[in-house]
Amino acid sequence: MALLTEHGDEGRLLAGGHSLIPMMKLRLANPSHLIDLRLVAGLKGIEEADGAIRIGAMTTQAEVIASELFAAKVPILRETALQIADPQVRYCGTIGGNVASGDPGNDMPAVMLALDADYIARGSSGERAIPAHDYYRAAFTTALAENEVLIALRIPTPPAGHGWAYEKMKRKVGDYATAAAAVVLVMDGGACRDARIALTNLADVPLRAEAAGQALIGTPVDDPAIEKAVAAAVAITDPAADLRGPPEFRRHVAGVMVRRAILRARERAGG
Amino acid sequence: MAKQHIKLNVNGKTIEALVEPRMLLIHFLREEMGLTGAHIGCETSHCGACTVDLDGRSVKSCTLFAVQADGGEVLTVEGMATATGLHPIQEAFIEHHGLQCGFCTPGMIMRTYRLLQENADPSEAEIRTGLAGNLCRCTGYQNIVKAVRHAADRLKSTSSEATEAAE
Amino acid sequence: MAEIATMTQEEREATLGGIGCARKRKEDIRFVQGKGNYVDDLKLPGMLFGDFVRSQYGHARIRSIDTSKAKALPGVRAVLTAEDLKPLNLHYMPTLAGDVQAVLADGKVLFQNQEIVFVVADDRYIAADAVELIEVDYEELPALNDPTAALAHGAPVLREDLEGKTTGVHGARKHHNHVFTWEVGDKEATERAFAEAEVTVKEKIVYQRVHPCPLETCACVASMDKIKGELTVWGTFQAPHVVRTVASLLSGIPEAKIHVIAPDIGGGFGNKVGVYPGYVCAIVASIVLGVPVKWVEDRIENLSATAFARDYHMTGELAATRDGRITGLRVHVLADHGAFDACADPTKYPAGFFSAVTGSYDIPTAYVAVDGVYTNKAPGGVAYRCSFRITEAAYLIERIVDVLAHKLEIDPAELRLKNFIPTEKFPYQSALGWEYDSGDYPTAMRKAMAAVGYEALRREQAEKRARGELMGIGVAFFTEIVGAGPTRNCDILGVGMFDSCEIRVHPTGSAIARLGTKSQGQAHETTYAQILATEIGIPSELIQIEEGNTDTAPYGLGTYGSPPPPPPPAAPARGGGGGGRGGPRRPPRRDDQPG
Repeated sequence: MALLTEHGDEGRLLAGGHSLIPMMKLRLANPSHLIDLRLVAGLKGIEEADGAIRIGAMTTQAEVIASELFAAKVPILRETALQIADPQVRYCGTIGGNVASGDPGNDMPAVMLALDADYIARGSSGERAIPAHDYYRAAFTTALAENEVLIALRIPTPPAGHGWAYEKMKRKVGDYATAAAAVVLVMDGGACRDARIALTNLADVPLRAEAAGQALIGTPVDDPAIEKAVAAAVAITDPAADLRGPPEFRRHVAGVMVRRAILRARERAGG
Repeated sequence: MAKQHIKLNVNGKTIEALVEPRMLLIHFLREEMGLTGAHIGCETSHCGACTVDLDGRSVKSCTLFAVQADGGEVLTVEGMATATGLHPIQEAFIEHHGLQCGFCTPGMIMRTYRLLQENADPSEAEIRTGLAGNLCRCTGYQNIVKAVRHAADRLKSTSSEATEAAE
Repeated sequence: MAEIATMTQEEREATLGGIGCARKRKEDIRFVQGKGNYVDDLKLPGMLFGDFVRSQYGHARIRSIDTSKAKALPGVRAVLTAEDLKPLNLHYMPTLAGDVQAVLADGKVLFQNQEIVFVVADDRYIAADAVELIEVDYEELPALNDPTAALAHGAPVLREDLEGKTTGVHGARKHHNHVFTWEVGDKEATERAFAEAEVTVKEKIVYQRVHPCPLETCACVASMDKIKGELTVWGTFQAPHVVRTVASLLSGIPEAKIHVIAPDIGGGFGNKVGVYPGYVCAIVASIVLGVPVKWVEDRIENLSATAFARDYHMTGELAATRDGRITGLRVHVLADHGAFDACADPTKYPAGFFSAVTGSYDIPTAYVAVDGVYTNKAPGGVAYRCSFRITEAAYLIERIVDVLAHKLEIDPAELRLKNFIPTEKFPYQSALGWEYDSGDYPTAMRKAMAAVGYEALRREQAEKRARGELMGIGVAFFTEIVGAGPTRNCDILGVGMFDSCEIRVHPTGSAIARLGTKSQGQAHETTYAQILATEIGIPSELIQIEEGNTDTAPYGLGTYGSPPPPPPPAAPARGGGGGGRGGPRRPPRRDDQPG
């Protein structure tokens, strides 16, 4: 904390380094000081308590994939992590690093929106919880204050038997998403009781598709409901034109991802 | 910026050095230690030619500072063969023609080493996704996949021989 | 080895490990242990590191360059601009295509990432720091990246150094951004064929620019020994002897005092044939500073500034009878060479072997015209995983044959079978001047069709299409030229495209063969040894193959991008033929060998 304050703009936090160091090598980022969070205690660990799971920010994607707790209770995290980059990057890249910077291409932010997660930040005046849906303001612009460090994520444990899926279309293995959708839903007696849908890389922030989720609630998640949800989700996207395709194409792919994610989530859901 | 002292284990030997904080691990290994097996093929962390094993993880040494390996254990391709001969993974790559120009090969071998620790019996699909962080421009990957699969078989049978011998 | 003479054929093959045997590669033992010897592995005492300031813009005037802060940075040993190279007449260098290329931009930049300043420092980090400290003041100019726009009336002048030059090395230039026109075939007869044709098709096909992208980028270490007056250059050179010749022409140092060594190369694919500004600047810096200078480009530099492949904008036309017999072929190509024509084609063939575009077909008349064009892109045009422009030619003819098939509603395989060069016409003279020595194309085609169950595939396709499901079946039958050709046809910068092999047999029965080729992964150490083993009866395990060192290897034009091993094995085969019995052999005279 003290180091961050001392170095101001010239100091950057180093987590996994697999976003920051590539930028430094291209000299797009030129901090004169790096604060290595690897050496800071209390930033690792995955623990469940009081109906929520706390994940230390320095938990690597590889540790997310290996976590038996996640496999049992929040399997969407493993499915998402396996679609991030490649094995070597996953051994170093952290979940905190993936959510903290506000890079619209990163995958975990949308998943955190779909899980209603909080980010725990510590600053000089203490700790606070920032809901993920309040965190992202614009590309690389977040609610994290200067001299605040994201130290953990807190995810309310989804109910047993929930349905889940992260569908990601990319040009090649390891690429950022052309479009991706996270879906978490709960079925009860054949009807959808709760549904959260969120989107990756389809705007300058991750998107929580509220209306799309609402369109599934109370329905058996049949084709008509799914099509309403897909339309509602696509309607809020504002994808950039880039080498992944023109906006119309990316919106189309977004729709396909949402549809596939809902279908798989529905398949996996009990009730 | 003042140099920092690091102490790490490389291929079984303890090494101490003074390095600039910004020195990348790949340059430390290649230029300070003369271990030129790991190669540089890109500057965007895609190609994996720089892959080494650090504290039980496959890492791209071009995307780590040497200071981040302080206190760590590094295994490079130069540490794979022993006094008795090549590692089965190295032999498998030769046997099954898993290389042409050889530039991606150390990275492929080091990633294979860790992959087979993660999963001793990978299917072809698991091998391909397991090597997703390593690019090759010569072979088209078919023989690399074959080599990894055969290395897995060799390692399984050696370990079961060892178990039998112990019993 | 008296025993070999008494062995059975099988025993002989097993002992010799020659052609056709299954054996492991000799190269692998060092590569799997990380003991390859690539250029960037080289570390010499006192060695410095070079790096470039590169242009932000595709087309701009350079108003000024401020190198003062870089020069003041501790650890920086030299900063070179075009002004420093001018007194040595090295600010431009000849390209392999008979053009010139800026080594360091002189007043103007012509492609994004073009070299402007070369910095030499104690290590690569300091060199990169120094690059950041250099300020270039540009006046941006309109950039042309479309060859059609480049040839438009009133298009900006790109090559001011060629102002007023209405003739280039390949003939007349008809526009300030025009490089050459190359024509082959019979224009009038082809025009008649089209005028009289029952059916014609025309298709514009753009083969976009791609990059060979070998995993190892281009690199060199130049080391001038001022005491002996000798220059040694290690580098990623697919054609080390050519580099030596060019280095001698540029530096004035006699070739006998230049030692070029291409060690292990991490892939070439045509990208490592030409001479790059990085090599020239490293050589100059070493001559000036008297210490070794290393230059290793990064990936962005490799992709944006070194030799690309393709970028051919082709219009192909076929004339045919209504029942599908091709009567004529006409092709026009706009060849985008970037800012400097640095392609590595034989002198007489500025469009490479594109005239192989009649492909596998018996076409009575054809005419090809290629217009080379300058644009604001990286220079080049190399043979990438094929011989010179072969992929472009094969793609064009196969594509327009499909277009014709589609128009005539004839099955694409059938149309090909109808037009193949018939077996009885071999040796066949193509309408564009190539002799095809032999072939039985219909049999090969039918075997391939049987192997994939072609009829069944077409039925499956019809069923699927009937219910709205798309399914495509791709057919291509290409005949290609691999490698280069005889010296009488093929030379680069006047050096005939031959190759050589010199074999020495030692008293105790092993041998060493040295060649002017250069493997970048094609396993020459293994395959050449196998060929020689079969020819001269020494086991391949006992035959050392050496390439890449111009002091010891006989002159050759190196190895390009074709699938290995191309014609040069004729060199070991010819060199080895006639039996070998102990003692050194005089290398045979081989000026007329196919390259």
